[in-house]
Amino acid sequence: MKILVCVSKTPDTTAKIAFSDNNTKFAQDGVQWIINPYDEWYALVRALELKEKDSSITLHLVTVGGADAEPIIRKALALGGDEAIRVNADNHDSFYIASQIAEVAKQGAYDLVFTGKETIDYNGSSIGGLVAELLDLPYVALATKFDLNGTTATITREIEGGEEINEVQLPLVVSCQKGMAEARIPNMRGIMAARTKPLKVVEPVAVDNLTSVVGFELPPAKSGVKLVPADQAEELVRLLHDEAKAI
Amino acid sequence: MSVLIYIDQADGHIKKASYEVLSYGSKIAEQLGTTAEGVVLGKVQDDLAGLGKYGVKKIHQVTNDNLAHLDGQVYAKVIAQVAEKTGAKVIVFSNNVDGKAIAPRLSAKLKAGLVTGAMALPDTSNGFSVKKTVFSGKAFANVAINSDIKIIALNPNAFQVTEGAGTAEVAAFEATVDAPKVKVTATNKVTGEVPLSEAEVVVSGGRGMKGPENWGMLEELAHLLGAALACSRPVADAHWRPHHEHVGQTGLAIAPNLYIAVGISGAIQHLAGVNRSKVIVVINKDPEAPFFKAADYGIVGDAFEVLPKIIAAVKKLKGA
Repeated sequence: MKILVCVSKTPDTTAKIAFSDNNTKFAQDGVQWIINPYDEWYALVRALELKEKDSSITLHLVTVGGADAEPIIRKALALGGDEAIRVNADNHDSFYIASQIAEVAKQGAYDLVFTGKETIDYNGSSIGGLVAELLDLPYVALATKFDLNGTTATITREIEGGEEINEVQLPLVVSCQKGMAEARIPNMRGIMAARTKPLKVVEPVAVDNLTSVVGFELPPAKSGVKLVPADQAEELVRLLHDEAKAI
Repeated sequence: MSVLIYIDQADGHIKKASYEVLSYGSKIAEQLGTTAEGVVLGKVQDDLAGLGKYGVKKIHQVTNDNLAHLDGQVYAKVIAQVAEKTGAKVIVFSNNVDGKAIAPRLSAKLKAGLVTGAMALPDTSNGFSVKKTVFSGKAFANVAINSDIKIIALNPNAFQVTEGAGTAEVAAFEATVDAPKVKVTATNKVTGEVPLSEAEVVVSGGRGMKGPENWGMLEELAHLLGAALACSRPVADAHWRPHHEHVGQTGLAIAPNLYIAVGISGAIQHLAGVNRSKVIVVINKDPEAPFFKAADYGIVGDAFEVLPKIIAAVKKLKGA
């Protein structure tokens, strides 16, 4: 059994969002980079739990990025996993990235591909579906639970106002979100071990981008809060009804 | 050439998000000087022809037992057949749970550039670009789609539903439908509650509520307003409330008309999930709570004193 977990480098959740070069680039000054939380907390940790239950599982990580993504993938390896693959390509669209991951997945004949439900920077939520279609595999999006019994996966996925339980045969692609697993912190042994784990660098396959970012903009600032004294709380209801027309 | 709109349904009923994408896709068709057509998979109890009032001229319906439950692989293949037959150049989905399962697959199948999380109509003055949310709602990106066929997934609650006159022609579409590989063994729906992602009004509680036993007031307010309940991450992590109510950067991102936050300080990660709300109300006893900076209305005060007054005022307003 081979599992591939896709990890992406994203700005820290508290990073200041600003743009440079006439609003065409994300301003990286002083930004801390992290593993995309959905990839780390849910996809990777759930895969680690599966491997801890069944030591015959091989767990690989893949990222599509430049050399500056390596500290992130080492950090992911410190949590666990046997080896990592970095596809040496930067600044591309979701289709390009998914095509690279699909190629790695095909070469490695993985039974299971996990992604986070989306990255916290581009919020595309599309890598899993793209990879699945490129590999012609089933895909379950927005999974909150995942269990394996032989080659049968039992997955809980989010639907509007509830959840649905799915049963699917491997091989399979799954996007993971809250509920799959609890966040972990790498320990010193893991960090030491990660230094010597294999990190393969492969060159990308030729693929065209289908989309390109033209520019960024920030939302208009709020005009300021209108405060209502606590002892006149009913005035708030009047304002919401008459002024904001929200209730 | 046409604009093809995916009409999402559950249990035979058209989802609210579908009215939004129908309005949105019809406007795009107008913009491009073409017609808007819809595609719906499975049997529907609601009146399909009536959806013409949102601007759609023709609806292709595929009914087949293999479409009883969502399997993105099967659905995408069917929609691709409809897209090919109708010569669709723009295909529109809602960026909801089903849209997220189908749209990327269709994008890979048709080599059609995809923009998810769209916020506004495309700009077709110079090429074709779509404004989408990025950085979890903290910014927008204008993304150009460079492929011949373009797919857009519209954020829920981002586009105003517009109604006019007209009925749509409903036609059965004969498609090859594969057997699903995803088997649905159970569906658990929280009944009697408004789904959080579709709610117009959301009442949300944070650590300031002090404990799960104090949620009664929030439940009462939500009930009066026809609102959905939400909570902050610490509340979900402490198991005061179920995880599916967690809104924020790592939870659900929502965009209701009204978001009422009680006892939530407004950490940047929480704001990321709610800052697309049209009106934000913050009730917090700490005047320095960062949430007030992002709010439209606020009350600095103790939730346990303020909420009963608000509930009484809403009751009076609603004549209850």
